[in-house]
Amino acid sequence: MAEPAQQKVFAPWEDPTEKPIIRFEGVTKRFGEFTAVDNLDLKIYRGEFFALLGPSGCGKTTLMRMLAGFESPTEGHIILDGQDVAPIPPNKRPVNMMFQSYALFPHLSVWENIAFGLKREGMEKDRIEARVSEMLRLTRLEQFARRKPHQISGGQRQRVALARSLAKAPKLLLLDEPLGALDKKLRQETQFELMDIQEKTGTTFVIVTHDQEEAMTVATRVAVMDHGKLVQVATPAGIYEAPNSVYVADFIGDVNIIEGAATPRSTPEGAQVEIAWAEGLAPIIATPTEPVSAGQKVHYAIRPEKILVSREPDMARANRVQGKVIDIAYLGNISTYRVRLANGQMISASMTNARRLSRRDFTWDDEVWLNWTDGAGIVLTR
Amino acid sequence: MNYRRFLLIAVPYAWLALFFLVPFLIVLKIALSDTAIAIPPYTPTLDLSGGWAGIKAFFQGLDFENFVFLTEDSLYWKSYLGSLKIAAISTVLTLLVGYPIAYAMAQAADEWRPTLMMLVILPFWTSFLIRVYSWIGIIANEGLLNQMLMGLGIIDTPLQIMNTPSAVYIGIIYTYLPFMILPIYSALEKLDGSLIEAAVDLGCTRAAAFWRVTLPLSRPGVIAGCFLVFIPALGEFVIPSLLGGSQTLMIGKVLWEEFFSNRDWPVASAVAVVLLLILVIPIVLFQKNQEKAEEAGK
Repeated sequence: MAEPAQQKVFAPWEDPTEKPIIRFEGVTKRFGEFTAVDNLDLKIYRGEFFALLGPSGCGKTTLMRMLAGFESPTEGHIILDGQDVAPIPPNKRPVNMMFQSYALFPHLSVWENIAFGLKREGMEKDRIEARVSEMLRLTRLEQFARRKPHQISGGQRQRVALARSLAKAPKLLLLDEPLGALDKKLRQETQFELMDIQEKTGTTFVIVTHDQEEAMTVATRVAVMDHGKLVQVATPAGIYEAPNSVYVADFIGDVNIIEGAATPRSTPEGAQVEIAWAEGLAPIIATPTEPVSAGQKVHYAIRPEKILVSREPDMARANRVQGKVIDIAYLGNISTYRVRLANGQMISASMTNARRLSRRDFTWDDEVWLNWTDGAGIVLTR
Repeated sequence: MNYRRFLLIAVPYAWLALFFLVPFLIVLKIALSDTAIAIPPYTPTLDLSGGWAGIKAFFQGLDFENFVFLTEDSLYWKSYLGSLKIAAISTVLTLLVGYPIAYAMAQAADEWRPTLMMLVILPFWTSFLIRVYSWIGIIANEGLLNQMLMGLGIIDTPLQIMNTPSAVYIGIIYTYLPFMILPIYSALEKLDGSLIEAAVDLGCTRAAAFWRVTLPLSRPGVIAGCFLVFIPALGEFVIPSLLGGSQTLMIGKVLWEEFFSNRDWPVASAVAVVLLLILVIPIVLFQKNQEKAEEAGK
């Protein structure tokens, strides 16, 4: 990630003296029988770009709407900057939202859309002028100020929505699937633009998305949600490299999940665990991140790019297993090999295509070795 | 392809020419004629057997006498003004009644909307005349409303509603309400709910959000509804003659009397032509509005 060269890494969540800007305390939201958010605790810090990630219906949008004030918690409290927001109506909260549909006012020009919130505040005319110009400059929309929303492109509309929600300089900006309506190329560009703007304004951003790549790209921290609960809250790298559950490992990126029974053992290098996963095949040797007991059923998660595909076994790596190449997915920069092991298990392994395609080492039906180190995968107990 | 296109466009124009333009020209011709005790009751009539001289004589017989007459008798311009006033007031009243109904329909749960729509359209299933007559039973001095109010002891003497402009307003509002509700409803129904949330999010109260977002976005519907009420109300004849009594001066009634009581077809035709000209102005405005709405729509 394109982090600027800073003396101190931005990680307020690791500082116990840091006061969070938002605190969810035992927040539950029920719609009739359905529990959308289930007894949830969460702290978000000033200046963060916080992503709520999960499949549709996981409660992430409800969480955001509670912050905006469009829903109120059934139980629990939401504390914004030291103040319980429950009695504050949405139009009085120092929170603005960028809607998924952008919700631009079709009868108003771009300029008037951005000025809308400022005018409601009763700001003086020249200050509105100045603020709107600043927002137009920030989002590179100067030439489009007089246009109506239907006269500009999707990407421009997205920027108008962003400018409008930032105009009032909210303490907190909520973004509901902000890039969902854009095509892939534009989405990637816009992600960096969003990060840039977040950095420039210093506003705390909370983004809701179901796109894990988007969350990983933009966020300082990602919260993975499922069924109204937070499954894991960590930095993108933490979520990817050290998922705390099969759910998270599977939701973020590609992963091979292998089931087996664990046997802990200690070695001079530290604790290790052997996972018996298939009869007749050597156990997987892994470094556990949490204590496991003997015979405990565990899941072993290994990312495809952590596996080396080779003709001959690589003795430097603790785990080696033989198989046959069934499928090759050629993605240009990398190729993903689907390899069937002797027990029928399919394993994906990806290799960067450093060489030209014609000089590729392996092809369909080749017998290959899959090699990985003991630290490459993660032992998951849930 | 061009031939097909031409045919497609030609059909509605041919229809309009045949059933609107030609009858209008006939009416215009009668308006320029003189009254006569004859069948038909005007002169000249076009007699082609007279040849060129006959046609010449025919055109010489036409003049603007009747239009001049309309300006001389105050009855006519008073009736036009009366109609304009009644149509304008009842359009505003219908809007005031219709907008909340359309708004409530648009806010109703999805499964209720077809039922509500049905209820709005339902009155059309009964004859218009019967519905207007039944209002007599309600608002007459010994009608349902007065009996109920007197029975409850709210009033001692019956309210005189029948044969007053109030009765005409009631009749017009009741009759044309669906024409007001439907276009407003269709404008409000298309309104994205997140626009209101966005307005609230940006600092509006619910009322301010309505004023700044809902109302401007429903404007095309409001304008369409107003024209759909105003235009027919202007030439309305049945409602004022059944409910309004002799006090209410409306041009539709004058027109009817000229035609059928007075049998003065030329003057009646002149009244009709002037009425049409008055109507054309709002219709043209309406068209302009529609074009603008379509342009802004996409």
